[in-house]
Formats: sequence, C-alpha cells, structure tokens
Amino acid sequence: MIEKILRGKPAYWIWLAFLGSFIAIGAACYARQYLFGLGLTGMGRDVSWGLYISQFTFLVGVAAGGVMLVLPYYVHNFKVFGRITILGEFLAIAAIAMCMLFIMADLGQPLRALNCLLHPTPHSMLFWDMCVLVGYLSLNILCGWVILTAERKGVHPPKWIYFFVYLSIPFAFSIHTVTAMLYCGLPGRHFWLSAIIAPRFLASAFAAGPALIIIACLVLKRVANFDAGKEAMNKLVTIIMYAALLNTFFVLLEVFVGYYSNIPGHKHSLEYLFFGLEHHGHVYNNLVPFMWASVVFNFSALGLFSLPYVRQKNEFLLGLSCVMIFLALWIDKGLGFVFAGFVPSPLHEIVEYIPTLNELGISIGIWATGLFIITVLYKIVVGVEHEIES
Amino acid sequence: MDKQRRNFLKIASVTALAGIGAPALIRLSSTAALASEHAAAANPVAKPAKGAHGEAASTGIRLGMVIDMRKFVDDPKLLDKAINACNLVHNIPQIDNRKSEIKWIWKAPFENVFPEQSQSHSAHNVENFPFAVLCNHCDDPPCVRACPTQATFKVKGNGIIAMDFHRCIGCRFCMAACPYGARSFNWEDPRPYIKKYNPDFPSRMRGVVEKCNFCGERLALGQEPACVEACKGTGALIFGDLNDARSEIRQVLDKEFTIQRNASLGTKPSVFYIV
Repeated sequence: MIEKILRGKPAYWIWLAFLGSFIAIGAACYARQYLFGLGLTGMGRDVSWGLYISQFTFLVGVAAGGVMLVLPYYVHNFKVFGRITILGEFLAIAAIAMCMLFIMADLGQPLRALNCLLHPTPHSMLFWDMCVLVGYLSLNILCGWVILTAERKGVHPPKWIYFFVYLSIPFAFSIHTVTAMLYCGLPGRHFWLSAIIAPRFLASAFAAGPALIIIACLVLKRVANFDAGKEAMNKLVTIIMYAALLNTFFVLLEVFVGYYSNIPGHKHSLEYLFFGLEHHGHVYNNLVPFMWASVVFNFSALGLFSLPYVRQKNEFLLGLSCVMIFLALWIDKGLGFVFAGFVPSPLHEIVEYIPTLNELGISIGIWATGLFIITVLYKIVVGVEHEIES
Repeated sequence: MDKQRRNFLKIASVTALAGIGAPALIRLSSTAALASEHAAAANPVAKPAKGAHGEAASTGIRLGMVIDMRKFVDDPKLLDKAINACNLVHNIPQIDNRKSEIKWIWKAPFENVFPEQSQSHSAHNVENFPFAVLCNHCDDPPCVRACPTQATFKVKGNGIIAMDFHRCIGCRFCMAACPYGARSFNWEDPRPYIKKYNPDFPSRMRGVVEKCNFCGERLALGQEPACVEACKGTGALIFGDLNDARSEIRQVLDKEFTIQRNASLGTKPSVFYIV
C-alpha cells in the first residue's frame, strides 16, 4: 500500500513540497536550539514550560479525538462511519508523532530521553504518559494497517484485530487522562490543581479531533474525490457540539469556583487569562485577546453548527465552523491552559511568556511534519478506496 | 511485495521494539537500584544499615535548617555573605538575566516567600528586610514524585533532596512540581558565567535542572554547609538532624516559634523560619 504515496497529481507534490519547506525551517531552528540550548526559547525560570509542552498537550487531545469514530463504529456498529474510521486512526498516528517531536524539542538533554526507559519510575506521571502514548501509537498503526489491508483485499479483517481495536478505546481515554494528571497532581499550582482537568481535556479533545476530521473530509472531497457521506458528517457535528458544550460547561464551573469562593489563588490565573492580572501597578494581560477570541470562536461555531442549513447545505460554513471550534480549543488548551498555570509563580511574581521566533519556527516545523504524515497516510486511504471502487 | 521480505520486516520491527522496551521491564521487575543508594553509601552522615534482610533500614536522620531572621536583620550584610559563600562553593553562574538565572539560596521579600501568610498589617522587620530562600528539602517532595528518571531523589540516611546532573533529561517536570520555586534550569551553557571556578564541585552543563543540595558534598567531608559556615558564630543559620531530640536545631525548635513555607501542602519542609 505504501506505493500509493509515490503517485499523485502535481498539486499533491506541491503541497508536500510546501510542507517540506516548513519542515526544513523547523529543522534549521532546532539545530540552532540544539547547539545553544533552550535559552533560545521564551521560557525561563518562572515560566518553565512553553509552546512545546502546550502543543503536546493539545495534540494528545487531537489523537484521543480519533476514538469518537472508532467507538461508534466498532462498539455501536454505527455503519456510516465505515469509510472514515480509518481517518480517525491515521489522524491519531500523526498527532502522536507530533506529540513525541514536541517532547523531544522540549528536553534540555534530548540524547538522554531513553533514561525514562533505563530508569523507569512508576511514581512519575510522565512515565505513564510515555507508556500510554507509545501504546496508543502502536495500536493505531496496527489496527489501521491491518483493517485497511483487509479492505483492499475485499475480505473481512482477521478476528484477532478486534481485540486490539477494543483495547485502543480505553487507551484513547487514558492518553488524555494521564496527560491531564501531569498537571492536576502538582501541589502549589492552583490553576491546574482541579479534578475537572481530565474530563475537561477529554471534552475538548472530542470536539477538536472530529473537527479536524470534518475539515480533512471537506478537503478530500474537493481534491481527492473522496466523499465521507452526509450522514457521517452530520453525526460528527453532533459529537463536536456535545463535546464543545461540555467543555464550555467545565470551564464555566472553574470560573464559578474561583470567583464565588473568592480565594485569590483560584482566581489569579483566570484573571490573568481573561481580564489581565494587576501586580505592583502593572497589568499583565498578553493572553487576554487570545482568550476572548477563543470565547467568540467557540460560541460562533456552536451557533453555526446549530443551524440545519450549515450542517446540511453549506459546506463552506460547515468548514468555517470547524476551523473556528478547532482554533477556540487550540487557544484554550494549546496556549492558555499551560501558560496561565505559571502565573503567578510560586513566589508570587509574574513573568509573561512570549515565544521567540526560533521557538515558533520549531513549532511550525513540527506541525508541518504532522500535516505531512496525515497527507501521506490519507493518500494511502484514498488510493485504496479508489482501487476498491474501480 | 515479496512475502518473505514483508515477514522479515515485521519480525525485525517487533524485535526492535521489544529490545528498546526490555530494559524498562527488567528494571521494573527487579529491585530498583536507585542512585540514592549510591549517594547514601558515599555519605558518612548515613549510619550503616541495620535492616536484617538486605533492605537498608532508615537511619532516621533528617537534616534541616532553622533560619533566624532576627540575626539577619541585626546584620544586614550577613545574608549576602551566606549567599556568596554558596555561589562560590557550587560554581553558580552569575547570569544577569531574570529568565536564565540560577539560584540556590537567594533573597526575596516576605510576601513572596510566604504568599499564603502575608497579611495587611505586618511587622516592620517583615516588611522591610529580605528573607533567605532555598530548597526546603521536603520530607515528602513533589519534585521527586514528578521526576521520570529519578535524577532527583531523596538521599536515604539524611533526607537531603539531591540531583544527579548526569541523569537529568531536562524535562523540567520538577520545576512545575516544586511549590516553592526552588529549582533552576540551565537554559544555556553556564560555564562562561562562572566567575571563580571551584574545582572541588562540578560545574553543570546546559539542559539540566539544579538546586540547593544542603552541601551534601561538604557534609561528606565533615564540613558544615557553606552558608552555615559563613554565618558561624551568629546563630543565624542552625543546621542539624531534625529527628535527634538532643541536636542544637531541635533545642531551637523546641524553644522558638517557627514557620514553614506553605506547610498546608503536606510537603513537610525541613527549613524553618524564625521571623
């Protein structure tokens, strides 16, 4: 099946070359960082995690989002997802590849990464995160490949694969739960120390992942003559709406707890995110425009999704809504959640984090790598589908 | 595709995966050989193991410190002296940049050191004099819990929270976990910023975390921690075994009212302050 990626229209090659140029920029930026150290980033003693870890956190969610196709199709026998379930599995592969690249980019001593295996430490949540991420990645590669191969041959997938398919469902939930546990088990970081972080992560993941899949389906319909089907898209929109509403509900609960209890530690990070935090006469507010953009995108997308016209007839508006909800959740989790956890610092000082150009270059490079992997994997899927049809 | 080649690739990839994962499984299933054991063995403060069945029994020594701020108020230069002594002994780079600075023991206002205890009306001394801040060497340290490689660990036999600079992968999970902001990361090569090099203590490379180690290397030679030695004779810093009822530090703790930084988090800090 791999041979499918070697034949394509010029547009396909131009797109890959376009992504390749960003990958090259990312690689060059990483070479600089590798030689100098993480001092080339905007991170510092007070904000010790930045864009890399926040992107990692968000992308774990995108990977987990694939389960919103696997679960209805395999557990509830929801046939209309038949054509696109594989898209969810392959999206998970690309997303986890990005996660791993972001972790490697974030390590101060990347060559020692395997120390995590040499000195396995079950009391560290990072150890478990590594286990479930590697597990979920392997499961998706295995299930996706075996099922696609069977589909191509026109036979039923072998029975044993279903064990791994069902196993991948709890794994999908666990990757994002354990990622939430990286944060919510840390004493002294009020914003993260909340039992709702894991459910909130899952809710936003189950909106962001399927939103990306709808966008991919709309693109594939135009450029690759691959139609996921109206009913499948409609169901995905329903899933996104429920998940995004749940996420909004969870965020509002956090706001209530912070402001009604009036405990300063519970309010500081929220204040910093949405209104700006005053400290010694200076107002720190560099994330405020982003967070309000997230709010506007979130509610606009939910509003548009609720119109039957958008869901059924207007693909442009449907795509736009998906882009908006994806951006809203990316800002919420991929920027605000991680950065605000460090404000204020344990010594009640405020340092605002602004990524450097080099850091942005690496991050864009990794995103381009992920898109490259998705493109290539989806090319295989589309190729196989066309082969079956002809 | 050739069937044999495909099978070969499958077997090869599974073998490679198993090979990478094997060390972890072996380590997990055998008794963990922790770096802390080596460190404890090298440390004369630790008494010989009394446990009968191989497992070293805790000797019960728990090193701690009392910081008597009244003494530092009496002599405003004393704290600088202690900080400088530490900086020299540990080759701490003097990076004049808030983002990248490395701090083991440093000065900060009361409201920053004790944010949960700061109030509207504080005593003159509390408001106007900087407090000494350093690692609390917690009895239940969140940083040790978070570290994925055991590069930071509790030394068996004296309770010091130590670092293995050669094992640290630089993930900075410990920095997020520490509720006291005690940890610094080498964002770049620190060596050009070391003013006077002390060959008795290693300098660090970039990409690893570091913090106060209660001068474990000096204790091993029977010396006091550098900051304690710098304050000798003033009684500003009292260092000793918190579990020994006859130690000087316990005499002071029994007599004076002391506070710990954010004790409500359950970390059981080993550093006490007399305000």
